[in-house]
Amino acid sequence: MDRLKICVEDFNFYYGNVQALKNISMNVYKNSVVGIIGPSGCGKSTFLRSLNRMNDVINNVRVEGNVFIDGKNIFGSNVDVVDVRKKVGMVFQKSNPFPKTIFENVAYGLRINGIKDKKYIASKVERSLMDAALWDEVKDRLNESAFALSGGQQQRLCIARALAVEPDILLMDEPASALDPTSTAKIEELIQELKSNYTILIVTHNMQQAARISDMTAFFMLGELIEFDQTGTIFTRPKKKITEDYITGRFG
Amino acid sequence: MKYRDISQAIGFLFLKACLAIVLFFLVLIIWDISSKGIGTINWAFLTQMPKNGMTEGGIFPAIVGTFFVSIITGVFSIPLGICCAIYLNEYSKNNWFTRLIRMSIRNLAGVPSIVYGLFGVVLFVQMLKMGTSILSAGCTLGIMTLPVIITASEEALKNVPRSYREGSLALGATKWQAIRTNVLPYSIPGMLTGTILGLARAAGETAPILFTGAAFFIPFLPKSLFSQFMALPYHLYIMSTQHHSIIKVRPIAYATALVLIVLVFSMNLIAVLLRYKLRKVKKG
Repeated sequence: MDRLKICVEDFNFYYGNVQALKNISMNVYKNSVVGIIGPSGCGKSTFLRSLNRMNDVINNVRVEGNVFIDGKNIFGSNVDVVDVRKKVGMVFQKSNPFPKTIFENVAYGLRINGIKDKKYIASKVERSLMDAALWDEVKDRLNESAFALSGGQQQRLCIARALAVEPDILLMDEPASALDPTSTAKIEELIQELKSNYTILIVTHNMQQAARISDMTAFFMLGELIEFDQTGTIFTRPKKKITEDYITGRFG
Repeated sequence: MKYRDISQAIGFLFLKACLAIVLFFLVLIIWDISSKGIGTINWAFLTQMPKNGMTEGGIFPAIVGTFFVSIITGVFSIPLGICCAIYLNEYSKNNWFTRLIRMSIRNLAGVPSIVYGLFGVVLFVQMLKMGTSILSAGCTLGIMTLPVIITASEEALKNVPRSYREGSLALGATKWQAIRTNVLPYSIPGMLTGTILGLARAAGETAPILFTGAAFFIPFLPKSLFSQFMALPYHLYIMSTQHHSIIKVRPIAYATALVLIVLVFSMNLIAVLLRYKLRKVKKG
């Protein structure tokens, strides 16, 4: 079982008195892509944001249960949340480049980690932009504002920014929901390439997208993990009626 | 014309009339003061000491005094106010205690300025033994300005999109790193805008400096921060109500008012320009 990357055990999450996640247990294996689907408000994003403890920034939340990453409980008492977030990168639904140059956006994660070596930063920025399939489009204008890029390019810039700090896991919260089909295709292609080096969890509203890119698919509803299985199984022979109803578009 | 069109036309007319009345008063004040004051203003008026029992000469020491007091006000209140705002907005939890603090700060903004003046006498002049001085007056005005600065700075911090903070934290930044590198740089122009508006108001205040350092007349410039000083608003007050020959010095009073208004307006203008620049930066 050394390929086990993330192990979620009986995980509960509360916003104040409202329980947003109920008894979630899930194993994610290394170098796999997990698609997370479900109707709006079902807890997909909350679940994703629990894996790098981004929910810590919200007031009045409470968690129960464990999330082990490489065997270490990220909610353990002596865990530094900063280390967790370096290891678990995140790409947000709405691309959120910083109002800096393209170069500085990617270099940001390196700089805050205290790296000063200019040569190293430059090579790392180039490497990350290449990995995010953006290098050829921006190599001649690294010093332009990141806002000058198109929406799809901005999202790939955010992916490059996340890659630069060398995470093991990438969390993506509907990374293509605001993009046109061409940009979406590029992101999906990119995810397939990144899979060989990263473990990826991706929340999506687009069921075809989940079917296309993920190895495993998790179906959430009302805070519960209804079904979690091989993507092929979920989309062709789901075990539960409600999963079938959702993926065939009977509700949602 | 249909009824709803008429009611809309009347509504617009009413709103326009309200705006016109407000503008009318502003223009009236500026016109009155400018027309009566401009004749007295020349280079000598701005650069000379008052002469002959303040019936002749200039207002140089009052300009200098107001300048230095404003600097002390800024030095005292800007760092303190901005740090408070950062703490309140970024670090403190939203509970009854911080709500109480916020409410108190908003209420402080409504305390009459004469009350600040008396408070300044007790705290700075007497307890801290700073005497009636530029320092005491500057600190008193600083305390008066704090609520404005804190509120404006908090607004500026709130205007930084949450995604800048989250994006930064998600890359493994500590909270302080996220604030320092990705929140403050984008909120500082907004903070400065509010701060300058607060300082402009302070520069024109009379009551808080009345007991804490402003002097009726001093024949020389202040020698240190512990000196008493002359200030434009207080000088104006004296020239228009306390002078022994009020009618004779009326032109000087008008000219002083004009200088004060120009000073405050130009500070506000700087604030507006900063805000304009900020909007341009935000658009990228």
